[in-house]
Amino acid sequence: MATTVISTEQTVTRPKGIKHGSGIPPGNGRRGGPGGGGSGGDDSARHLTPDHRYRIGMWVALCSITMLFTALTSAYIVRSRLNTANDWQPIAVPQMLWLSTSLILLSSATFEAARRYLRRHEDNRFRLWLTATVLLGLGFLATQWLAWRELVAQGIYLKTSPHSSFFYLLTAVHALHLVGGITMLAYLLWRAWGGQSGSEQRARRQDSANAVGLYWHFMDGLWVYLFLLLFLWR
Amino acid sequence: MAEVDTAHGGQEVAAHDVAHTEGEVHRHPAPTNFIRKYIFSIDHKVIGIQYLLLALVSVFIGMFMSVLMRLRLTWPEHSWAGLGSIFKLGAPGGVMSPEFYLSLVTMHGTMMVFFVLTTAPQGGFGNYFLPIQIGADDMAFPNLNMLSFWVTLVGFLVLVLAIFAEGSATVAAWFNAKPTGTVGPIGGWTAYPPLSALGFRAGPGQGTGQNLWIISIAIFCVGSLLGALNFITTLLNMRCRGMSLMRMPLTCWAWFTTAVLALLAFPVLLGGGILLLLDRVAETSFFIPGGLVVSDTLLTNHKGGSPILWQHLFWFFGHPEVYIAILPGMGATSHILATFARKPVFGYRAMVFAMFGIGLLGFFVWGHHMFMSGMSPYSGMAFSILTLSIGVPSAIKTFNWLGTLWGGKIRFHTPMLYAIGFVSLFVAGGITGLVLGQTSLDLPMHDTYFVLAHFHLVMGVAAIFGMFAGVAFWFPKMFGRMMSERLGKVHFWITFIGVYCIFVPMHIMGIVGMPRRYAQFTEYEFLKSLHPLVVFVSIAVFVTAASQLIFLFNFLWSMFKGEKAGDNPWEATSLEWAIPSPPPHDNFAGIPPVVYRGPYEYSVPGAPNDFIMQTEPDPTEVQEPSARDAGDARRVTGDGDNGHQH
Repeated sequence: MATTVISTEQTVTRPKGIKHGSGIPPGNGRRGGPGGGGSGGDDSARHLTPDHRYRIGMWVALCSITMLFTALTSAYIVRSRLNTANDWQPIAVPQMLWLSTSLILLSSATFEAARRYLRRHEDNRFRLWLTATVLLGLGFLATQWLAWRELVAQGIYLKTSPHSSFFYLLTAVHALHLVGGITMLAYLLWRAWGGQSGSEQRARRQDSANAVGLYWHFMDGLWVYLFLLLFLWR
Repeated sequence: MAEVDTAHGGQEVAAHDVAHTEGEVHRHPAPTNFIRKYIFSIDHKVIGIQYLLLALVSVFIGMFMSVLMRLRLTWPEHSWAGLGSIFKLGAPGGVMSPEFYLSLVTMHGTMMVFFVLTTAPQGGFGNYFLPIQIGADDMAFPNLNMLSFWVTLVGFLVLVLAIFAEGSATVAAWFNAKPTGTVGPIGGWTAYPPLSALGFRAGPGQGTGQNLWIISIAIFCVGSLLGALNFITTLLNMRCRGMSLMRMPLTCWAWFTTAVLALLAFPVLLGGGILLLLDRVAETSFFIPGGLVVSDTLLTNHKGGSPILWQHLFWFFGHPEVYIAILPGMGATSHILATFARKPVFGYRAMVFAMFGIGLLGFFVWGHHMFMSGMSPYSGMAFSILTLSIGVPSAIKTFNWLGTLWGGKIRFHTPMLYAIGFVSLFVAGGITGLVLGQTSLDLPMHDTYFVLAHFHLVMGVAAIFGMFAGVAFWFPKMFGRMMSERLGKVHFWITFIGVYCIFVPMHIMGIVGMPRRYAQFTEYEFLKSLHPLVVFVSIAVFVTAASQLIFLFNFLWSMFKGEKAGDNPWEATSLEWAIPSPPPHDNFAGIPPVVYRGPYEYSVPGAPNDFIMQTEPDPTEVQEPSARDAGDARRVTGDGDNGHQH
């Protein structure tokens, strides 16, 4: 094994310019880098084992979701200041939203608890707290639905005013993303009951839990952002 | 595993089987039944070919539409016998109605922009060759990859449904509507409200057809987003040992940049599409202003919306979309120019940064599509300056392409011809971008044939030439057979001369003032003198379109009857040429490749051949250990080798 290690390092850090002899330009037109392309990136290629793909993939997905809500936010802001027809009638905060907001904030905390127990290999507690997170997520969706009912009872519909249109739209798009999140949580739960607990399965489960956690906390923060946007900017 | 390994030595097989059982490679086994192998496949190569075939179908539909459009424009009153029986409502008695023409314009644009220019270069070639070129056995998320394609296909089918929902009585009845004799909405591929938001009142095709159009595009957005996510993750995470970022072929950089653009641009279109759909079906007023009178009816359901808001959302997506179409072509061109000039790419790093520069600037120039929307002159100036500054990275790329060709021992095979054609068309189409990017010149040119000619040359035909180059170059790898050089050259010359005959006269028409999207010009005195030019363009279109059948024939014939290709027929250096043609199921037969050098080592002085493969070890180095030991070495030196000095 020892010889293996040495030979690898030689690949990476060998002195520049040896390969072609002196004075010959390397392959891609950049003078002086070994392999014609610099050795620096080689390290980054090696640090990333395939298991990082969930984390990277999740960050990339979050970029995309951020752009969706950025686009809707910009439309919201433009439309709110475009009051030529005097039709921007802000709605009051439906009381249910306070409950739903507490539920989703709480769900982030329970998820963190679950993840801690997963790290400590306490599988029963992990499943317990994960179940709590799923229930809180479902509770959030239910209370959002009740908030809609509250508005409908007041006679405020999707088409009533641009502000109510945006309220229904943004809550719906967020809820749709949250359904995705709950699906992922349910998947984690299913895998946790699926039982094998070798070190490799455990590491993989930890990886997926980390990625799902990223998503779940993002959805939590996104809701807080939407809440502030909808009721502070009106 | 077994049938693949027979190609290699018996001794090695044992060692690699060990690596296999350790779970390092082979994340999914080779499928055995037809459906999993060719239909619901998770193999990136099969999915890539599925994307290419989807684009091939779409491009012929779109091209057929453009032929109909030219027939209508050139001889508006003429009765085309066959057409009357196919399009009974749209072309009664064989004379195409103006609305029919407008729906052709819309669907031609939609088919081409979304289902050809976005799918083939990225979803097709990118899917097939990005994992191979970085030494991975598949994409990071193979199942997600399959989902991307199938979602895209559903988007395509919904778009086709839009054609029939407006054109066929049977299908229209499914939607409780009457056929309108169009082939879809008549509002163009940009779907500007308010007309696109008002439903059937706004004209034929604006009812069911427009709804289905929006749904189709929304589905397409989702498919593209999933694909982009996969591309980015794959490139960041799946590179083989030694494949540093700066050792990647420029094609990989192009696909990566394109994926980043798609990832950030498509959500905005998706958001805009949702708002537009709500305006149509839920009576909201995001884009619809009050007091509109449409077809003699005053609309009272809407007030206060802004059509300009849609334009902002649409073009924030729409401009990056242009680069989504062209960047993969730039990557392929750079790659092919180096291969056939037998020279390293001139200024590799500059090419990478120029590509990213173009992508980045592409997000800040959407306003140049809207100079006519009454924007503040200061905004106009800012957008104008940013737009013109894209000329800098574009010029860097062009300069480096010419620098790559300069003094090379050029081999004029068909891929090379198409790649040179790409450079030519990119310059010819891009130069008028500098004209249109200036507000003062854009105002008179806006919505004329000048604009039409500009974007068709630069994002349409140039990107298509990039695809032709890609097909000609990679066909031997994909299908294990060569395409016919003779047919390829005939096709290249007819198409190359043909597209210039089509689009150069259109610049002149635009300067005279011929407006886009009009179904007929015979009414206008000042355009009558242009009629011979219109006829000339149409003839060029017919010849060029017909010559595409040569390409199609060459493609299909070569797939079965072409001359057998070796592993590396072009004597190229990147990883896809180090494996058999066509590649085995997991690309590298379970042996992750190790890369020792940059991608363009051509004509290295003192070397025995005029090309050195990326996998070729350096003779001055200690020989690499076997794959299994390499895996261990990776773990041991995983951290901290930045600081090691040896």
